[in-house]
Amino acid sequence: MGEIGQGMIEAVRLLLSGDRDVWQIILLSLRVSLIATACSLALGVPFGATLALSRFPGRAILIGLVHTGMGLPPISVGLLVSLLLWRSGPLGALHLLYTPAAMIVAQAIIATPIVAGLTLAALQSLDPRLRTQLLALGASRVQTVWWLLREARLPLIAAVVAGFGAIISEIGAAIMVGGNIKGETRTLTTATVLEAGRGNFEIAIALTVVLLTMTLTVNLLLTAIQQRRRPA
Amino acid sequence: MCRILTVVTSLMLLATAGVSAGFVQGTPGSEAPRGARDVILATTTSTQDSGLLDVLVPRFEAETGYRLKPIAVGSGAALELGRRGEADVLLAHSPEAEAAFMAEGFGRDRTVVMANDFIVAGPVIDPAGIAGATDAVTAFQAIAAAEAPFVSRGDDSGTHALEKRLWQQAAITPSGGWYTEAGVGMGETLNIANERAAYTLADRGTFLALQDRLDLTVVVEGAPELINIYHVITVNPENGPAVNTAGADAFATFLVEPATQRLIAEFGVDRFGEPLFVPCADASCEATPAVAPATPVATPA
Repeated sequence: MGEIGQGMIEAVRLLLSGDRDVWQIILLSLRVSLIATACSLALGVPFGATLALSRFPGRAILIGLVHTGMGLPPISVGLLVSLLLWRSGPLGALHLLYTPAAMIVAQAIIATPIVAGLTLAALQSLDPRLRTQLLALGASRVQTVWWLLREARLPLIAAVVAGFGAIISEIGAAIMVGGNIKGETRTLTTATVLEAGRGNFEIAIALTVVLLTMTLTVNLLLTAIQQRRRPA
Repeated sequence: MCRILTVVTSLMLLATAGVSAGFVQGTPGSEAPRGARDVILATTTSTQDSGLLDVLVPRFEAETGYRLKPIAVGSGAALELGRRGEADVLLAHSPEAEAAFMAEGFGRDRTVVMANDFIVAGPVIDPAGIAGATDAVTAFQAIAAAEAPFVSRGDDSGTHALEKRLWQQAAITPSGGWYTEAGVGMGETLNIANERAAYTLADRGTFLALQDRLDLTVVVEGAPELINIYHVITVNPENGPAVNTAGADAFATFLVEPATQRLIAEFGVDRFGEPLFVPCADASCEATPAVAPATPVATPA
């Protein structure tokens, strides 16, 4: 218990002291996680909406794939992205391995099925008569999808929360494609592993406290958006 | 609808690629052509876990203008990355595997950089009665005979390679309930050994870093076979399409410069009261134990 208390104090001290390394790690974690979440939303919401609102051959298989992808092991994604980005791999010429961009790609791949699956569930849980009604009122296809997404925004924000949560807490892929390079690809989770391995448990606990605080802040913001009074 | 799906997905993929590319361009100091300035170093974990790289890398980058990307993996994985040309330069401590790597033509140059030593750590009660042994092979035989718990790294690291060699020299194939393969790094392995009151083979630096919270003690040290020599190896450009030969040479040269060797000699003294590595670009440590057996110094808070 004393150790955890020490870690808490160390966390506050680290944050207040303006330690450059720590702030660099925090900002990189935020930057990578937010961009990866944005990418997973850009991909996952339209994909989930398409699966929810249209019927085509192979749809059931795609839904099955999305549901499987919701539990995609991050380390498998890390391995796959590494193989693609290796110098000898098909995308090697881009020189993206061991950069934040590689981490964004891997984490967006991890979170996209989660966002798509939850979008699908959110839209399918709407009353089907709503869609009929919108179409009857003369809404175009785009307008219909827009209003349905608006109507489902509570569970959709839950999708954002789940996607962001998967990304910010992720470690296997981050270390594999990022390389945990100081000042470049070291995030809160990978730094925690390193410091724990070095025996610097106070710093490891402090980084964990920072990570949890950050996740809490982001989620409180999202919850505030989710729970605010609906416009009439 | 299928067509719409395809179009939407491709657009989104393009958008993602655009965002990622923008992110890359936004990285400070990326004006030089990517790839030419980056040097990938595949290294054993102890150089990163000990903090030595945090001291050396910024100096190398300031001196040469290259950007070094250290990827900390076990020595086995480091050599494999070199074999595929996925790394430009290697820092490893697995002499036999390194010799094979060179013999197969995967490396250009192999130079000795520094050394430290391994220790056998074990519980204070010492169930195998090996404390103070001057010979690690005999100690291993005693551990096996007593079936005293032993935790192995089990990860093809340099430490694991030495452990396997010691078992081989002891003419023992370790197996059974007393022998555990951890498959994790040195720090975690020491923690597992601690929980199970088991023996393990560890590099001195990691042991020193963790010893405050371990009930384990050094039972065998100073034996000639426990020396741990680090070599830098530059990768043969024929191994892969984009090996940075000039950058690899620059780093190998940097490591054996007198100024760098002095930094290595001083590293760790402030924290552990003794150096973690002995510089030996002059090959002074090839034959004799690098670090004289020292009584463990209490780590400052």
